[in-house]
Amino acid sequence: MSKETLTGAPASRAELRAFLHGLPGVDQVGADERAARLATRSVKTSSKAQAIDLAISMVDLTTLEGADTPGKVRALCAKGAHPDPGDPGVPRVAAICVYPDMVGVAVEALKGTGIGVASVATAFPSGRAPMEAKLADTRMAVADGATEIDMVIDRGAFLAGDYAKVHEEIVATKQACGDAHLKVIFETGELVTYDNVRRASWLAMRAGADFIKTSTGKVSPAATLPVTMVMLEAVRDYRAATGRQVGVKPAGGIRTTKDAIKYLVLVNETAGPDWLTPQWFRLGASSLLNDLLMQRRKLATGVYSGPDYFTLD
Amino acid sequence: MGRERLAVRKTYKLFIGGAFPRSESGRSYVVNDAKGRFLANASQASRKDARDAVAAARKAFGGWSARTPYNRGQILYRVAEVLEGRREQFAAELRAAGLAKNAATAEVDEAIDRWVWYAGWADKLGAVAGSANPVAGPFFNFSTPEPTGVVAVIAPDSPLLGLVSVVAPAIVSGNTAVVVASEPAPLTAITLAEVLATSDLPGGVVNVLTGRRAELAPWLASHMDVNALDLAGVAADAVKPLAEKAADNLKRVLPPGGSDWSAEPGTRRMTAFLETKTVWHPVGV
Repeated sequence: MSKETLTGAPASRAELRAFLHGLPGVDQVGADERAARLATRSVKTSSKAQAIDLAISMVDLTTLEGADTPGKVRALCAKGAHPDPGDPGVPRVAAICVYPDMVGVAVEALKGTGIGVASVATAFPSGRAPMEAKLADTRMAVADGATEIDMVIDRGAFLAGDYAKVHEEIVATKQACGDAHLKVIFETGELVTYDNVRRASWLAMRAGADFIKTSTGKVSPAATLPVTMVMLEAVRDYRAATGRQVGVKPAGGIRTTKDAIKYLVLVNETAGPDWLTPQWFRLGASSLLNDLLMQRRKLATGVYSGPDYFTLD
Repeated sequence: MGRERLAVRKTYKLFIGGAFPRSESGRSYVVNDAKGRFLANASQASRKDARDAVAAARKAFGGWSARTPYNRGQILYRVAEVLEGRREQFAAELRAAGLAKNAATAEVDEAIDRWVWYAGWADKLGAVAGSANPVAGPFFNFSTPEPTGVVAVIAPDSPLLGLVSVVAPAIVSGNTAVVVASEPAPLTAITLAEVLATSDLPGGVVNVLTGRRAELAPWLASHMDVNALDLAGVAADAVKPLAEKAADNLKRVLPPGGSDWSAEPGTRRMTAFLETKTVWHPVGV
């Protein structure tokens, strides 16, 4: 496969389809087994302290609820900037992830902190809206100051085999993003097979995605280790083929420090250390941050901490 | 043709969050009877098991403390009913540990009666430990007892009566408990856990760890998410260091108070794990 084919527009619907179906299949049992084995790595003491700080700096602190208020978004921004107000050594998170109408509030609250504002867009989480509405959604979020856009793909079109439509949507959304980074959400829980995850990954990368993201967090199962591993393999192979690096963001269901460290091990062993920075790997989460802070304090003080000592979010 | 039957021996495990896991550490230790003969292997819990037990107790606290005292009383009475059905088993276990037949039966009966006695306190504690306070102003002012939270209990060596006498008062007011069973006699604690697991008590309200007190107690005493510490089974010289660790988050600490568990218990063990909430109501129509 030439570099031009992997970066430019598809020659035809048939070419795109043939390309995606020509990708080698994923050995499901093997993938589960490898992910499970990597998850048994033991990361302790000073390595654990480093892993925790790295994980905190990779968190996309997220609130995506119908009940979100400007106050809640501001509180979340404050927490993202100073996760543990009693300890200035704690790194800030990578970004705050909100619905488009809250972007203005978050931008205002994060001024001067260096934290990105990520906005979900394109009729998140279902993606069931006319193309014009999705693009308008995206443009308004960018106009309000979002530095990152998390779009959802049209899973219906993908599962129906209409890959060209999905491709066009990603290309159009990428244009609407302008300078903002585009993360493409697959909702892997709805794609069902690892083969589909691999196809979606290559499809999104060909269409110009800056990041590929597992899930919206609204569907179960959300992010899993094997799915993330398949995506990490895809970005690794894509960089080897084209030279362009694409980031990965598992989201949803990552609640404990142990989970987060498993993902870091997976990144290191699958894509390599180049991806072990907030620029190329993110963890979409909300309750995870408190657990990371709790474990951090346990390492620092030597006694178990409790949720009473951290802010609710 | 008669065949000799292979005995099915019980694996004594921990009781955390309503389940019976082995220790995370994979360790176990030998439990002997009073004459030093092998009785069984018990799980030897690690600090991580203690951590998991505290997390389970914390998770169960909201639901358990929100139940009406009447409902908690019903559930504890249900525990006594199931205990009653297992009298023979408990008596046999106490005899295996070295008690004479009559003494074992008497201890089981007394333990069940003790449990029922505490169950009855569930809906009376509020009236006895609470009060309507006279204040200088047009207010109705009253204080009500509230559970303090997660109680870590270092159980005494009295394998059934002592155990029941420390667990029941901790949970009757709505607290949840992490119990470190007697180190030399932990087996009845796990059998009691089997009773608790099958009598409507929500998972996590009582969690039972078996293992070394000296290993587990300091972690529970220093744990910031534990609200109170019952040192019933701690040797006198170990009280001070544990109380010092407990001071970091102002845990309520109940020091050991003697080993005569057949004496009249009084309300001390219940009121030790209460907070007081005082409310001012404007009076008027």
